[in-house]
Amino acid sequence: MTTATVDEPAPGTAARPPREPRPGLMTSIRRSWDRHWYAWAMVAPVVIVLAVLVFYPLGYGTYLSLTNANETNVAKDIGPVHIGATYHWVGLHNYWQVLSGKDGDFYPRFEWTVVWTVACVAVTYAIGLAMAMLLNRKVRFRLFYRLCLILPWAVPAFIGVFAWRLMLNSQYGVFNDIITSFGLPAQDWLGTPLSQKIAVIMVNIWVGVPFMMVALLGGLQSIPGELYEAAEMDGATPLQRFTNVTVPGLRPVTSTVVLLSTVWTFNMFAIIYLLLGNNTTGDTDILVTYAYEKAFTGVSDYSAAATYGIVILLILVAFSTFYRRQLKSEQA
Amino acid sequence: MRRGISAVAMAAAIVLGVTACGGSGSDNKSDKGAAAKDPAAVSGTITYWDTSDAKNEAPTYQALIKDFEAKYPHIKVNYQNVDFTTVEQKFKAAAQSGKGAPDVVRTDVGLIPEYASLHYIAPLDGTAALTDTQDFVAGPMNTTKYEGKTYGVPSVTDTLGLLYNKDIFAKAGITAPPATWDELIADSATIKAKVPGVAGTYVNPDSYFLFPLLFGEGADLADPAGKKVTINSPEAVKAVTEAKKVYDTSSLKVDFASAYDNMQTSFKTGKVAMLVQGPWSVGDDLTGSAFQGKEANLGYAPVPAGSTGKALAPTGGHDLAVYQGSKNLDAAYLFTQFMTSSASQQTIAQKNGTLPTRTSAYTAEVLKNQTIAGFKPIMDTARPRVALPQVGSLFTPLQQQYIKILQGKTSVQDGLNAAAQEFGKLLPGYTVQ
Repeated sequence: MTTATVDEPAPGTAARPPREPRPGLMTSIRRSWDRHWYAWAMVAPVVIVLAVLVFYPLGYGTYLSLTNANETNVAKDIGPVHIGATYHWVGLHNYWQVLSGKDGDFYPRFEWTVVWTVACVAVTYAIGLAMAMLLNRKVRFRLFYRLCLILPWAVPAFIGVFAWRLMLNSQYGVFNDIITSFGLPAQDWLGTPLSQKIAVIMVNIWVGVPFMMVALLGGLQSIPGELYEAAEMDGATPLQRFTNVTVPGLRPVTSTVVLLSTVWTFNMFAIIYLLLGNNTTGDTDILVTYAYEKAFTGVSDYSAAATYGIVILLILVAFSTFYRRQLKSEQA
Repeated sequence: MRRGISAVAMAAAIVLGVTACGGSGSDNKSDKGAAAKDPAAVSGTITYWDTSDAKNEAPTYQALIKDFEAKYPHIKVNYQNVDFTTVEQKFKAAAQSGKGAPDVVRTDVGLIPEYASLHYIAPLDGTAALTDTQDFVAGPMNTTKYEGKTYGVPSVTDTLGLLYNKDIFAKAGITAPPATWDELIADSATIKAKVPGVAGTYVNPDSYFLFPLLFGEGADLADPAGKKVTINSPEAVKAVTEAKKVYDTSSLKVDFASAYDNMQTSFKTGKVAMLVQGPWSVGDDLTGSAFQGKEANLGYAPVPAGSTGKALAPTGGHDLAVYQGSKNLDAAYLFTQFMTSSASQQTIAQKNGTLPTRTSAYTAEVLKNQTIAGFKPIMDTARPRVALPQVGSLFTPLQQQYIKILQGKTSVQDGLNAAAQEFGKLLPGYTVQ
């Protein structure tokens, strides 16, 4: 059997030989390069930036999490003095320490992180949706209301959080001034771990609602008005219109904002750290704040912090995968 | 993604701290012998990281640097003010990679063992940086030692004392500040009864402020000689029990999220009669309604004593340390020497009101400053903290348990046992009881 050497087929050739042998890997890469080199050239900067900013640190972080590296045993270049690295490979030891609960910190922190994430996302979504629906009607000064409600988003997070900290101050805060002027007893808003947890959730909701509201408002505006009219004609009650038109119509937006919001909240470092300061019992630390302490207090423990970083990443990847799959199966 | 710190960013942060391998400067190290002969011939540029208060204290240091440059015209000093709270991580990151590290850094005395154990700072024995060592007050000088070598030169010192409001004491009929913690509790009860709306004290829940109580009972965080964690020893339990008693009976209710600010506000507005505090807080006190324009109303006393009968408080303050990888060690040594000389210390003391570390710097002129005059006798009660590289890490678990104890979420013994367990993880080779 004589095989005809197939030259580069001219683009647009309609009739291809039906039994063309599958080209080898190298051949196909070469062909793809020949044909699409300009595309590769276009994406090269992005690939390089991603490699430098994402893949290399991620790979290095993973590597550190498999060693016992800390500040005392990593390599140091101190001018003329060069001290070589003396840390070594410990396999999955760090992960075993964390996941078996041997370090005594992972599960309590994880439990609170989950409570914190679920509470924040659920309430933020509910309030955001309610506000979006209010603002989606024709009311006077609608633009003014929208601007007001977006304001918390425009304020830098740390300024907003410090303002809350001042207002919640148990001795000199404005909340206690108000309630004591009504003759009620002053409250210690940030006095116990439980009240601290409630306070951080509240502030995070305050910070998160504008984003939720804007995203959902966009979603609401993209639902065609005819659907509501048709439902009204069919005699649907407002509640029925909400559950049968609004909710399904918002689904694509909802799935995205809930996913984003979950990932952000799970890793929301600034609010807890800034609102409560250093004098805490440690019960209010989420996984990220805990990892930060490992890496940045005293003699840094790089391997433990990297392990927590990778574990957090895996939890979020697992959650996103599961969540997307669940949504797909619901839509199908 | 403006709000999240992702795991990737976390990893990136860690990596950036770790890598960035340095290939710089191992060649142009100048000859030490030559400098010892002729300091005036030393030339080059050095960087100095100052951690003093950028607004109130830094101008004094900058003026001194001008004097230094006039004295050594071949040396140029690049002055950088770095925030006190972030300098540790910044310096360590720069020092490890060998890039961007300063030649001289102003260092909290508690960090010397950590920097020294990580080889970041140079031993100074026998260099130009250390001169007239017998002139230094023993307490501050001790903070520079690690494993028998000297790694810093004392610049300013401080300790904790008992600051009190003389007006409130007079109104309550109290003639002398309390000498023991039990007297402090009794005085607080008197003040509460006789001066309405005023509390005895405000307990600072920061674990550093636990030291006077621990030292007063002869307790400490750990015992490096015996390789033992001692934070749950019977003495420490006694000390923390006393702290809890002070908190329950004598303190204004503590707002844990804003403890330091509320403590200061309460004291300077006359809502609290006495505080365990350091000299750095006096400037702020004098801006409050209780002390503004009546500096004499502020009383200074040693911290109350524990059951051992001794009033003891931790030595604080700052040392100047020289980066081991400095390209211009000779200039760095000369600069350190100049900034810690008796003349420079007198200037700093007079302008900033901080306590000098040289005996000869306590001149009549310097002692005219009320804060310095008030704290000088108290400095006799200062003793160094345990010189462990991990001391910075030990504060976090102790702090968390201390707050649980104060809030009544755990007993003193259980809390300190839990802290001891955490100490055990941070101190390899130490036994925990």
